[in-house]
Amino acid sequence: MSRPKDHIETSRWKRFQNWVNGETDILLDSMEIRQPEQPPEEEPISGASPDAGEAHPYTPLWVRPFQEGRSLRYFRRWYQVMSVLVCLGMIAALLWTVAYLPPFGDPANPANNEVAARYIEKGLQETGAVNMVTGMILDYRAFDTFGESCVLFIASCCVLVLLRLDAADRRMSAKERAEREKKRREAETEDRVFEPRHDVILQKCACVLVPLILVFGIYIVLNGHLSPGGGFSGGAVLGSGLILYLNAFGFEKTKRFFTGKVYRRVTLCALTFYCLAKSYSFYTGANHLESGIPLGTPGAILSSGLIFPLNICVGLVVACTMYAFYTLFRKGDL
Amino acid sequence: MSIVQNFPFFSIILAMFSGIVSSVLSGKKARNLSIAMILAVFVLSLSTLAFCWGTGESYTYWMGHFPAPWGNEIRAGILEGVTASLFSLVMVLSVIGGMGHTEQDVEASKQNLFYIMVDLMLSSLLALIYTNDLFTAYVFVEINTIAGCGMIMIRQKGRSLSSAIRYMILSQLGSGLFLIGLSLLYGVTGHLLMSPAKEAVTAIEAAGAYQIPMLMIVAVISVGLAIKSGLYPFHYWIPDTYGYATPTASAILSGLVSKGYIFLLIKIFYRVLGQEHVIASQIVNVLFVFGLAGMVMGSVHAILQRDLRRMIAYSSVAQIGYIYMGIGLGTQAGMVAAVFHVFTHSITKALLFISAVGLYEASGDRKDYHSLRGSGYRARLAGIGFSVGALSMVGFPMLSGFISKLLFASSALQTPGKRLPTLIALAVSTVLNAVYFLRMVITIYSIPGKRTVKTGQTGADAADGTERQNAASDSGSTAGSRVRSTWNLRLAVLCLILLNLALGMFSQPVVRALEAGLEMFA
Repeated sequence: MSRPKDHIETSRWKRFQNWVNGETDILLDSMEIRQPEQPPEEEPISGASPDAGEAHPYTPLWVRPFQEGRSLRYFRRWYQVMSVLVCLGMIAALLWTVAYLPPFGDPANPANNEVAARYIEKGLQETGAVNMVTGMILDYRAFDTFGESCVLFIASCCVLVLLRLDAADRRMSAKERAEREKKRREAETEDRVFEPRHDVILQKCACVLVPLILVFGIYIVLNGHLSPGGGFSGGAVLGSGLILYLNAFGFEKTKRFFTGKVYRRVTLCALTFYCLAKSYSFYTGANHLESGIPLGTPGAILSSGLIFPLNICVGLVVACTMYAFYTLFRKGDL
Repeated sequence: MSIVQNFPFFSIILAMFSGIVSSVLSGKKARNLSIAMILAVFVLSLSTLAFCWGTGESYTYWMGHFPAPWGNEIRAGILEGVTASLFSLVMVLSVIGGMGHTEQDVEASKQNLFYIMVDLMLSSLLALIYTNDLFTAYVFVEINTIAGCGMIMIRQKGRSLSSAIRYMILSQLGSGLFLIGLSLLYGVTGHLLMSPAKEAVTAIEAAGAYQIPMLMIVAVISVGLAIKSGLYPFHYWIPDTYGYATPTASAILSGLVSKGYIFLLIKIFYRVLGQEHVIASQIVNVLFVFGLAGMVMGSVHAILQRDLRRMIAYSSVAQIGYIYMGIGLGTQAGMVAAVFHVFTHSITKALLFISAVGLYEASGDRKDYHSLRGSGYRARLAGIGFSVGALSMVGFPMLSGFISKLLFASSALQTPGKRLPTLIALAVSTVLNAVYFLRMVITIYSIPGKRTVKTGQTGADAADGTERQNAASDSGSTAGSRVRSTWNLRLAVLCLILLNLALGMFSQPVVRALEAGLEMFA
C-alpha cells in the first residue's frame, strides 16, 4: 500500500486519470484555439416551464406521497425494475414467437408466393425499370411511396415549427418582439462563435470533395431505375454534399443559391409534380385506361416511364429536407 | 367504372395536395383552402356513401395499373362512406370553431404549418378508413402520428411541449408494436393486401398451422392500436395532450384521431384476421376487461380534476373504454354499438371542447370551477352547447349518447357470459359521468357570489342588506355582462348541437347503415 505522494496533482497517473475523465484537453497547449469571447448564458427554455396563467398543477392524492424524497427514490427504483421486467417479458414473448415462424431462406416459405414471382419475372416488362426495387416502390406500390414522401414533408414541417425563429411580427407586444430579436441575434452569434470559419484545410478538402459528392448523388438519383439507388439514397448524398459545402464556406456562399424561398419552391414543385403524375397514373389504372406513357427501352437512361422523373422529385425533396434540418439546428433559419 | 367510384381516391389526394400547396400560402389562405377542401371531401364522401347504398355492395379501387396481390388498393363500402362523411364534418366544424384560438395560440408566420398538419391529418384519416392494404395503413399511421405531434406542439406555451414528447413516445411504441405485428403477419401469409391476406389466414387456420405466431399477431396489433387510441392503462398521454393543445387540435385529436385507429383495428379484425378467429384467441376478452376498467377509472380521474379541459380529456378515457368494451363483447350487436359510440363520441367531444372555449373566453381564460361560475349566462350558446354535450355523454334521451348506451345495454343482454359485468360497469360509469358533468353544468349556471347571500335572515339588519345589494349587483354585473362569442364559434356549436340531436333522434337509419356496412366487411 503506497503512501499518497505530495505531488500527486502533477503525477503521470493523475494526468492520465484527468484525461480519461475528460477534465483536461490534450490539445490545450499544443494548438491555438480561439475561445468564445462571451460564453452564452444558459437560459431555461421558456416553453418547458408551465406559465402561470394556465397551468394549475394539480397532483392527485396518490401521487403526493411520492413527492417526498425517500418514497420518490423507491418509486423510481420500482419503475426501473418494472420497465426492465416488461422489456424482458416482451423480448421473451417475441423470441418464443420467432421460434415458430417459417425458417429463414426456405424456398417453401409463404412469402415466396406469386407476388414476389411476378415482381421478379414480369417487373422489367411491366415497369421498364432494370432495378427491380425501384420498380416495386415507384410503380407497383407507388401509393405507399407517395405516403412516405409525405411523411418526410410533414416531419420537416414539424421541425420548422420547433426550430424556425421567425422575425417578430406586428401582433406581438414590444417585450416579446425585443425577446425574439434577442433570440435571433443570439442564434447568429452562437453560430459564428462555435462553427468553423475560413478553415483552410476544410476548404481545400471541400473544393475537391463537394463536386465529387454532388456528381455522385446526381448519378445515384438519375440511375435509380437502372442500378441500386434511387431518390431516397441519392437525395441523402446530395444533402450531405450541400452540408459539407456550407460548413467549409459559410452561409454567405450558400445563401446565393439556397434560401428559405428556394427550399419552399423546390419542395412544392417536386411534391406537386409527384402528386399530379401519380394521380394521373392511379386514375388511368383504376379506370382501366391506357396511360400513354412510353416505357422506353429497358436499360436506357430515358426509360421506365414515370419512374425516372419521380426519382428526381424524391431526390430533390430528400436533399432539401436534409439541408434544411441542418441549417435549422444551426441557427434556426434557412 | 362510374365516376363516383373515383371519389374516395379523389378525397385522399385532394387532402394531401392542399397540404402540399399550403406550404407556400399565407396563414389565412391556408385556412380557407383547408376549410374548402374538407367541405369538398365531405361532399365526395356523401356521394360515395349514396353510391354504395344504391348498389348495396362495396367495391375495390386499384391505385395503379396492377390488380390485387401486386399493387396498392383502396376499398369503399357503406361503413367507410358513413365514417368518412362524419369525420370530415366534425373536422370542418372543429377547424371553424377553434379558428380564433388558433390565431392566438400559433405564431402568425407558422399558421400555414398548422393547416398543413390539419390537411395531412385528414388525408391520413381517410386513408386509414379506405385502405385495403396493410402497409398503406402503416404509412398513414406514421403521417397521423407526426401530424398529431405537430398539432400539439405548435402552441409553444405551457406544458404542450412536454405533452407532445409524451404523446410521441407512447404513440411510437404503439406504431412499433403494430409494425411488428404486420411483419409477423407477412412472414406467415406472404401478403400485404387485406383480401389475399385473409384467404391465407383462413387457410392457415384450417390447417391449424402457426398457432403461436397467429396469437402473437392478434395480441401485438390489438395492443399497438389500443396504445395509440388511449385505452385505459395506456392513457397517460391523454390528459396533458388534450388539455394543453389549441382547441382545434384537442377536438380533432380526441374526436377523430383515436377513432381512426379504432376503425383500423375493427377493419383488421374483420377483413384480415377474421372476427371468429379473433374471438377464439381470447384477445377480445382482454380488450373487454381493460375497456371496463377504463370506463370506471377514467370517470374517477375526471371527478378529481379541477381544470375544465383536463376533465373533458379524462372523460375521453372513459368513452374509449366504452368503445373497447363494445368490441370486447365479441358479437355483431356489440360491434355496431361500438361503432355507433365512435360517432357519438367524436361529435360530442368536439362539441364539448369547442363550447368549453366559449365558456372560458367569457371567464377571462380561466378554466377552474370557481372562475367558470355563471359563465353559462355570459356565453349563452356555448353554455347550451356544453350542457347538451354533457347530457349526451351522461345518456340523456333524445341525444346520441342515450342511443349508444341503449345499444351497449341491449347487446350486453344478448351476450350471456359478459352480461352482468357490462351492465354493472355501464351503471357505475353513468353515475360517475353524471357526477362530474352535471357538477360542471350546475357550476356554469350558478350565479357567482351567491354564497355571500344569507338566505336565513331576510333583511334583519342594515349590514346584511348592503351585503345583499352588493352581491346582487355583483352577480348582475358578472352574470349579465354577456360576452358575444365570435360567429365561427357559435356556428360550430350550433351545427354540432344539431348533429347530436339528429344522431339521437334519427338513429335507426344510422344503425341500419352500420349493420349493413359491417356485413360488407366480413
